[in-house]
Amino acid sequence: MAEAANQTPRTNPPTAILAGESGRFVVALGGDWSAPNARACEAEAGRIAAAIPADGVVRFDAGGLGRLDTLGAWVLARLQHELRQAGARVALDNAGTAHRILFDEIQYKPLEQQEAKRSFIVIDILTDIGAAMVDAFYDLVNGIAFLGSFVVAAGKVVTGQSRFRLASLVAQLERVALRSVPIIVLISVLVGGIIAQQSVFQLQSFGTVHFVADLMGILVLRELAVLITSIMLAGRTGSSFTAELGSMKMREEIDALRTMGLDPIEVLVVPRITALILSLPLLTFVSSMAMLFGGGMVALLYGGVSPEVFLSRLQGAIGLNTFVVGMLKAPFMALVIGIIACIEGFAVKGSADSLGARTTASVVKAIFMVIVVDGLFAMFFASIRY
Amino acid sequence: MPQSRDIANGAIQPKGDAIIRVRDLEVKFGDKAIMDGLNLDVMRGEILGFVGASGTGKSVLMRTILGLIRQSRGEITVFDQDLAALSVQEHEEIEKRWGVLFQHGALFSSLTVRQNIQMPMREHLSMSPRLMDEMAALKIDLVGLKADAADKYPSELSGGMIKRAALARALALDPEILFLDEPTSGLDPIGAQDFDDLIATLQRTLGLTVFMVTHDLDSLSGVCDRIAALAEGKVIAAGPIETMMAADHPWLRAYFHGARARRGSLDTGQFRASSKT
Repeated sequence: MAEAANQTPRTNPPTAILAGESGRFVVALGGDWSAPNARACEAEAGRIAAAIPADGVVRFDAGGLGRLDTLGAWVLARLQHELRQAGARVALDNAGTAHRILFDEIQYKPLEQQEAKRSFIVIDILTDIGAAMVDAFYDLVNGIAFLGSFVVAAGKVVTGQSRFRLASLVAQLERVALRSVPIIVLISVLVGGIIAQQSVFQLQSFGTVHFVADLMGILVLRELAVLITSIMLAGRTGSSFTAELGSMKMREEIDALRTMGLDPIEVLVVPRITALILSLPLLTFVSSMAMLFGGGMVALLYGGVSPEVFLSRLQGAIGLNTFVVGMLKAPFMALVIGIIACIEGFAVKGSADSLGARTTASVVKAIFMVIVVDGLFAMFFASIRY
Repeated sequence: MPQSRDIANGAIQPKGDAIIRVRDLEVKFGDKAIMDGLNLDVMRGEILGFVGASGTGKSVLMRTILGLIRQSRGEITVFDQDLAALSVQEHEEIEKRWGVLFQHGALFSSLTVRQNIQMPMREHLSMSPRLMDEMAALKIDLVGLKADAADKYPSELSGGMIKRAALARALALDPEILFLDEPTSGLDPIGAQDFDDLIATLQRTLGLTVFMVTHDLDSLSGVCDRIAALAEGKVIAAGPIETMMAADHPWLRAYFHGARARRGSLDTGQFRASSKT
């Protein structure tokens, strides 16, 4: 039974038996002219169309027809139409009652062929580049506009003109900060360990293994902790903000808020971005400690640097400014991630595709912007020699 | 074998034998039995309207027949084959012979209407691209959509158009049974009437068997050959509208003689007239 996967076993192949001479033909239809036999139906119709001369007189005898569905009726209607177009005289008779109804209902209508637009690859590429530039410009404009409306909404909360949503903020804080701690700690310990290991190997050739503490301290506190934490949160929290707001947009929940006289920015965006701005510095601190711990462990295991030496080197190498530089960047990273995630969320349209595309865009743009902002900060701090 | 069941030869098929037979069905969610010893027959070539209060499990029954929910007891026979006893491939063969219109359309949002209709054809049938385009255009025409709807995405369609497009997709494989879950919900009365007429026309031309979950009294009185009512996990009454009107189960009395029914055409005795015009 299951030998032919695409052919339903219960059908008989469609047949059209041609008889007649001197320009007068009878086509006896038989078998099942139905969807599972689509190929065979088309082949039979093509055979008949080729066999009948342009000025022939054809009578289709539907008396022996088995199963007939819209596909079979359509193929037969198309065949009759093509024969008539060629100049033949065509008639169909002997159809059973149910078949008659179907033949009457299914009338051949030529499909309007849409002209495929011609395209040249060079022009397409240039068009894409141009569109991408324009999009990037609008992204920037939108970002600034959104930042503005966020500041206004946050300002209203601060000045007491609108309600401070403590419950919402706490709920977001738990999701953004608390539940991120385990993964951030894990990743940070590993990254710290890996960097310390490579440093130890390089420093060993100079006989200055204990400098690993200086290196780790400055690298982790200034750059690495805040970067890793930001990238993790862009992936973990930014994507979930986009998906949440996007699916709310799809189900008209955001429109519902607007009609109740509530500002979606104030209700949805302010608690989320505020939570992100509060969480990211905290998580950056957690990440720094975890990285230094991981680095210290590896320095002990691979380089034989004892914890006492590691800590005292660390104390000498870093000042308050090293720590402040890293922590100062964190809230800005949070703002960048939050703004991008919320803009992308609000930009979701009706389809599932669009939700996926926007979530991807949110994470990719956020990570890119985090690194750009980090670079800008590096230039800034270098020029003020901090 | 099903071979002998295939009544073709162009004769109008008799509305005699049951195409879906449900016996002693029990469906449980946790400890709660939604269906409890339910029996139901759907006859070949009829339009069966299925009613019941909200939350009694009308959709659950439909989903159980479709194989989306597993029963804990009982037997469901479709095309004379016991669904529980079928292999995956045999079940697939059955699935090609029914079409489903979900309550909210369930169109694939990333595909255009044309691609939605062609999806089952592409997967299950072998046909030339030209014929596939023509068949999609034909189905779109059959359900009363304009040709330019073909290249639209579901998010660009109105509620009524989504229902029609979803119906076109349900008809893509020329099914023998059509399952409709609240086909007229969310449509205006004129749109609902049009949709009822469309289903009746399609049923006549294509010889479909239609299983329709509905709350629309006009649909029930207008297009349904028989009505089955669900309560307490069982079919409490089944039969033509006259039987339902005469039934004395309190819920049925409230349903068919309530204010909404009286305001409509049910109690005035002309309930069949409207749909046949």
